[in-house]
Parts: sequence; structure tokens; C-alpha cells
Amino acid sequence: MDIQSCVEVRNEWDIVSARQLGRNMAKELGFGNVDQARITTAISELARNIYLYAGRGKICIEPIDQLGKKGLRIIALDNGPGIREIRKVMEDGYTTSGGLGAGLPGVKRLMDEFSIESTVDVGTEISATKWLR
Amino acid sequence: MTAKDALTERYQDLLSIYLKAKTETTLYKGQQFSRKLLEQQISPEDLVSLHIQVMDELFPNMSDEMRDSFDFLLEAMIGYGFAYREHQSLRDKQQQLESEIEVAASMQQTLLLSDVPQFDELDIGVVSVPAKKMNGDYYNFVKSGNSLSIAVADIIGKGIPAALCMSMIKYAMDSLPDEQMKPHLLLENLNRVVEQNVHSNMFITMFHGVYEPESHKFFYAGAGHEPGFIYNAKEDSFFDLIAKGLVLGVSRTTTYHPYEKEIQIGDMVILLSDGVTECRTSKGFIERDEIVSLIRKYMHLPAQQIVENVFQELDRLQEFELRDDFTLIILKRLV
Ligand SMILES: Nc1ncnc2c1ncn2[C@@H]1O[C@H](COP(=O)(O)OP(=O)(O)OP(=O)(O)O)[C@@H](O)[C@H]1O
Ligand SMILES: [Mg+2]
Repeated sequence: MDIQSCVEVRNEWDIVSARQLGRNMAKELGFGNVDQARITTAISELARNIYLYAGRGKICIEPIDQLGKKGLRIIALDNGPGIREIRKVMEDGYTTSGGLGAGLPGVKRLMDEFSIESTVDVGTEISATKWLR
Repeated sequence: MTAKDALTERYQDLLSIYLKAKTETTLYKGQQFSRKLLEQQISPEDLVSLHIQVMDELFPNMSDEMRDSFDFLLEAMIGYGFAYREHQSLRDKQQQLESEIEVAASMQQTLLLSDVPQFDELDIGVVSVPAKKMNGDYYNFVKSGNSLSIAVADIIGKGIPAALCMSMIKYAMDSLPDEQMKPHLLLENLNRVVEQNVHSNMFITMFHGVYEPESHKFFYAGAGHEPGFIYNAKEDSFFDLIAKGLVLGVSRTTTYHPYEKEIQIGDMVILLSDGVTECRTSKGFIERDEIVSLIRKYMHLPAQQIVENVFQELDRLQEFELRDDFTLIILKRLV
């Protein structure tokens, strides 16, 4: 099982499709309802960032199986403006939603693994994994 | 049984008891249960999920709408989970910062610690107590040749920036050549250091004096520092120890006026920081007169006991809540 499915993100409705894709896969993999909600929330945050800051991009969801350890990976990709100050952005209290704990640091805490790569004027790639317990 | 299963079981017990007989006792237990949840770092969406699980057990025939409404509630709870996690991470960070400050404070204490030198002619007493963790007051004794050089400084501003600034002053003073030990020249020198290195919104007041045991003369100069007192034993009266001068760091070209005073047997030189005169009691600021009468009350004692007693009384008057760093130094001529 190593099939990646992707959703193009160009407008707000696409965020819903990305969530739906993630939820279906999470359900299929056997994630409980809380983890399903966490995964879809992470997808929402990443997709909304693409829509707001990069204009367009895509969200890909892939099931993973590493030596029997199963999980789900979200990959958010765009060729937007990139993030200048990644370190700052990953600090609590930096997001425009200030104090709600959302945004990228919130996504990092919701998921088990998180990595971000971003180059100014080239784009951003964020990947976040949740393991099945 | 995992911790989570135990919680589920307990929740199921409490909930079924409550649903049978809606008593305040069970509600109270529910409230205590929520403390346990927090202790185990159960996030809000986990609790909702727990509730769903238990309701499924208790009411297998629950209507679809009811069941679905719980899923909706769970989704709506995620935002609170976000906030809860951020709170946890900020709390961890704060604890970490606090322990770092703790370490820095004790480093500062060791760095700034100044031993009180011994002189046959002088009895010396010192108290210096920070209001917060780090002390923005600074005092320094140096025995150079036969003389005693003494500095008292206060940063306008408190906390960590003030304390860092103090460390800089200490090293600037330590690196001055011995012949610069004339108080007014020393202040001119330090003033240039401060003007160049310290942010313009931070000011430092300083008093510097040199006691020469051969002549029993006290040479001194001041940079905007809270005036101390001189006690004249022959007249049995206290006078302000005025040393006019601009605070350090305002202008590169400030010069300082040299002062000197002869000290007789039994006379005292009293130096302080504004934390002493800005003691606030329920009746308002402490008057300088009151400090003088406190010193008078204890002046039959050795210098160290005078300063400690005065500090204790002022601390008690402020209900043990120091508002500013407190430094009080007394030099008493013995022979
Ligand atoms: N894909 C992206 N491309 C370019 N910049 C981005 C991208 N994602 C995030 N950023 C930048 O990083 C910042 C922080 O994003 P984050 O999602 O943490 O918070 P936010 O979007 O400002 O607020 P919210 O809490 O509502 O999500 C954004 O303000 C934006 O400047
Ligand atoms: Mg965002």
C-alpha cells in the first residue's frame, strides 16, 4: 500500500476536499475518531495556508507502513513565496491567530512528526505524520 | 489495564451513577475527576471522545442524530485542544526560563560578590538585597595600597537587563588602572564606557569614594546617586552626603566634581541605594529622617549589625515585599 492521493488547493472549497480525502484515508487505516479530527484539522491548517499565502498548491495524503508501523502522512506543497523566517513562524504566539495555539506550531503538536522546508520565492513543502497506535 | 482504560472505567461509573440519581455528590466527584484528567494531560477532545465511548456502551440504541452530534462536538472541540497544547508548551517554556534565570542569578551573585576588606581603623557593614531574583544594585570594595575604595551603583531599570549592565560596570571598574582611583576621574572614565556601551534608555547612578587611613580623609564623587549621610560624632548629628553630578551614560563629556571630608573618631559614612529611601509603607514613602532615626536607634552596635537591623525594620514596615533592590553600607571610624 503506497499510493499517494492529492488534491489541488486553489480555493476554500478545495480545503474541504483535502479534509475529505484525509478523513477517508484515516478511517480506512483504522484511526479513531479523535485522531481523525486531529488529522483533518492539520490538513485544514496546511491547506488554508496554501490558499492564503501561496494562492495555489496541493495537499497529498499517503499511507505509510514502516516495518509494520502504520501511519498517515500529509504533504503540503506549493510554489508560493516561501517563508522567510521559519524559526519565528514555528514559535508559539507568532501566528496571526495569536494565542489560539493554532497555525504551524499547533499542527506540529497535533501530529507525531513534522518537517518543513521552504525557500523564498521557490515554495514550501511541509510534511506531517501521524502514527497509528 | 492502561491508564486510559482506568479513566474510561471511572468515567463510566461516575456517569452511570449520575444518570441514575442526579446528586450533587456525584457532580462533585465529576469535578474532582476533571482535575485528574488535567493531571494526566488529557486534552479536551480526548474527554469528548471518552464521553462518546461511554455513551455508546451505556446506550447502544442511541439515536443516530444523537450519535452524530457527538462527532460534531468532537470536531468543534479541536480548537480547544489546540489552545490547551499551546498552554502546556508555554508553561514548559516558562519553567525552563525560570530555571535559567535562577542559574544566571546565582552566577551574578558570585560574580559581583565583593569581600569586605579588613581595616584596623574602620568598622564596615553591608547589606544588599535584590527585590527580584537579580540584583540591579552594585557595591564594590577594593583595597588599593592602604586605601579603601568603595563604589555603590544603581541601575535605573530592574531585572535582567539591569543585572547584565551591572556585570559590565564591574568589569569596566576592574580594568581601570590604579591611578584612576580618584573618585571623580573614575566616574568620568566609567561614564565614557557606559555612554558607549549601554542603551540610551538605561541610566546608572553611582557614588564612588576613597578612604585614606593615613589622613582620615574621605574623597568622593557622585553621578546622580541617592545622597548618603555623614554622622558627625562630636556634634552627634547626621548630614546629607551630597555629591552632585550627572548620571552615567548621558553625555560623553560629563565631568565630575571632587569632594573630600575629614572623618573623626566615631564618625560614620553611610551609603545607600534609592531602594532604601524608596521604601513604601502604608503611610507612603519613608522619609530620610526616618532612616536616620533607625540608624540612630542601632548605632551603638557594630556596623554590620546596624545595617542588618535597619534592613529588617524597613523590610517589616513594607510587609516583606521589597519594591526595589536595597543596598546599605556603613563605614565607622574606630581609631
Ligand atoms: N505555504 C506558505 N507559503 C508562504 N508563507 C506561509 C505559508 N504557510 C505559512 N506561511 C507564513 O507563515 C506564517 C505563519 O503561518 P501559521 O499558519 O502558523 O499562522 P497564520 O496563518 O498566520 O495564522 P493561523 O493561526 O490563523 O493559521 C503566515 O502568517 C505566513 O506568513
Ligand atoms: Mg495559518
